[in-house]
Amino acid sequence: MSEPHLAINKLKEKFPNSILEVETFRGEITAKVAKKDIYEICRFLYSDPELQYHMLTDLCGVDYFPETPRFEIVYLLHSFKLNHRLRLKVRVQEGESVSSVESIWKAANWLEREVYDLFGVPFENHPDLRRILLWDGYEGHPLRKDFPVEGPDFDKPYKPEV
Amino acid sequence: MAETRWMTINMGPQHPATHGVLRLVLELDGEIIVKAIPHIGHLHRGVEKLAENRTYHQVIPLTDRLDYTNAMGNNLAYVLAVEKLLGIEVPKRAQYLRVMMAELQRIAAHLIWLGTHVLDIGATTPIFYTFREREEVLRIFEEVAGGRLTPTYLRIGGVAKDLPEGIEEKIRDFVKTFPQRINEYETLLTQNIIWLKRTKEVGIISKEDAINWGVTGPTLRGSGVKWDVRKAFPYSSYDEFEFDIPVGTVGDVYDRYMVRLREMEWSNSIVRQALDRLPKGPILSDDPRVVLPDKGMVLTDIASLIRQFKIVSEGFTPPKGEVYASVEAAKGELGFYIVSDGSNRPFRLRIRPPSFLNLGALPKMIEGSLIADVISTIGSIDIVLGEIDR
Repeated sequence: MSEPHLAINKLKEKFPNSILEVETFRGEITAKVAKKDIYEICRFLYSDPELQYHMLTDLCGVDYFPETPRFEIVYLLHSFKLNHRLRLKVRVQEGESVSSVESIWKAANWLEREVYDLFGVPFENHPDLRRILLWDGYEGHPLRKDFPVEGPDFDKPYKPEV
Repeated sequence: MAETRWMTINMGPQHPATHGVLRLVLELDGEIIVKAIPHIGHLHRGVEKLAENRTYHQVIPLTDRLDYTNAMGNNLAYVLAVEKLLGIEVPKRAQYLRVMMAELQRIAAHLIWLGTHVLDIGATTPIFYTFREREEVLRIFEEVAGGRLTPTYLRIGGVAKDLPEGIEEKIRDFVKTFPQRINEYETLLTQNIIWLKRTKEVGIISKEDAINWGVTGPTLRGSGVKWDVRKAFPYSSYDEFEFDIPVGTVGDVYDRYMVRLREMEWSNSIVRQALDRLPKGPILSDDPRVVLPDKGMVLTDIASLIRQFKIVSEGFTPPKGEVYASVEAAKGELGFYIVSDGSNRPFRLRIRPPSFLNLGALPKMIEGSLIADVISTIGSIDIVLGEIDR
């Protein structure tokens, strides 16, 4: 087991109660953090002069149905200075919302819209939270585990209104 | 004083210059774009959902169909993620073959981009040249893998088959003539006054903005950020090859054009290096959990027959955990994030599409510019909707 990464040490120092768990698997560091502090943690990782996680490489959701809290939002940050990738995870209950990080990384704008579209997790303070891949008025969120692969209406006959 | 209103026009989804089914709603003040809103999703096929219901091997053909101009690169990103999850080592020969195919594919992808991009702007000739060379690459793929657009050549643990007889000569011929071909394109474009007027100082995005918007690939490098996944996180023996990362200075359409041209030259050089130093040896890992047994053994040995049957019907079960692996695809950083619950299917497969994030920055590039520049800017970020909509 190698020494904990600089970013993890700094995070633990700054947010002692919000870093719930740190895992390393195949050389990738994952920190599970408390949902209430995700915005502050991201802001800190972005602006700290020694870390400079200036790029949000990816943001996605995972559905752990039927566990509770059900959803997990995964942030993958990249620092050009350290040439390092750091993964953050928060757990979200169904119906709850997460603070948007759009004001830190513009990249989050579309990525958060995609999570909202496919998982139904809303983001607070997002400037333009609309569906992105599916059309407005679509019912359901296809990447949820209780959504059938064939779609909910695949065996229903289509009857046009006359 | 008369009332001032903006004019809203709709561009796409059926428009020859949007490179697929992209729809843009543009709000115009005269000829100036005040606001641009991209609408995507017309090609959404639910690849991430489909992948959750397939075994790990069965996902490989799905990845071909993401960015259909860069199938080998997509295969590579996915198999790297699964191999990382399993913790298996790939033989050197297979790694070199992967590099060779990925770089030939990058050349082919950039050739499509060059041909169609300049066609959008009005130069009709280059597309005939670029598709001539692309055809040579596709013929190589056809001989190597059996498929042209969707070769599905890579396997978890290696590649599907070794190079056929005589193909090395054909690749060598291609590599030898290609730099001359790039010169031909450049005589048509690089100093062309019309080309310069349409691309210089158009669709500019600054270094800081490009990073903040998550832009990767030639679009990021055009803005002057010297960053490439092949150098930053070397995979598949890329650290053994000599190449440079071309960068631009201004971040306009012309810089992205120059970056891609230089990138093709370096790709060509990498293919030559891989061919010169191609190691001998196996092309598949010998991990019995994952790799299918030799066909001859299957027909004569009952244990191999059972193993073949098990791997084909049930697949394999990687350990519980999650990994992210990415490659420098033709469009940018293409990543696969796999969450495994220890079963034979990925619990969650997330694709980090480069074009999706690059297109997200399009409004930033075109707002405040002329409507005619929209066409050249869309062409210059080189989007493929199959990857954006997944």
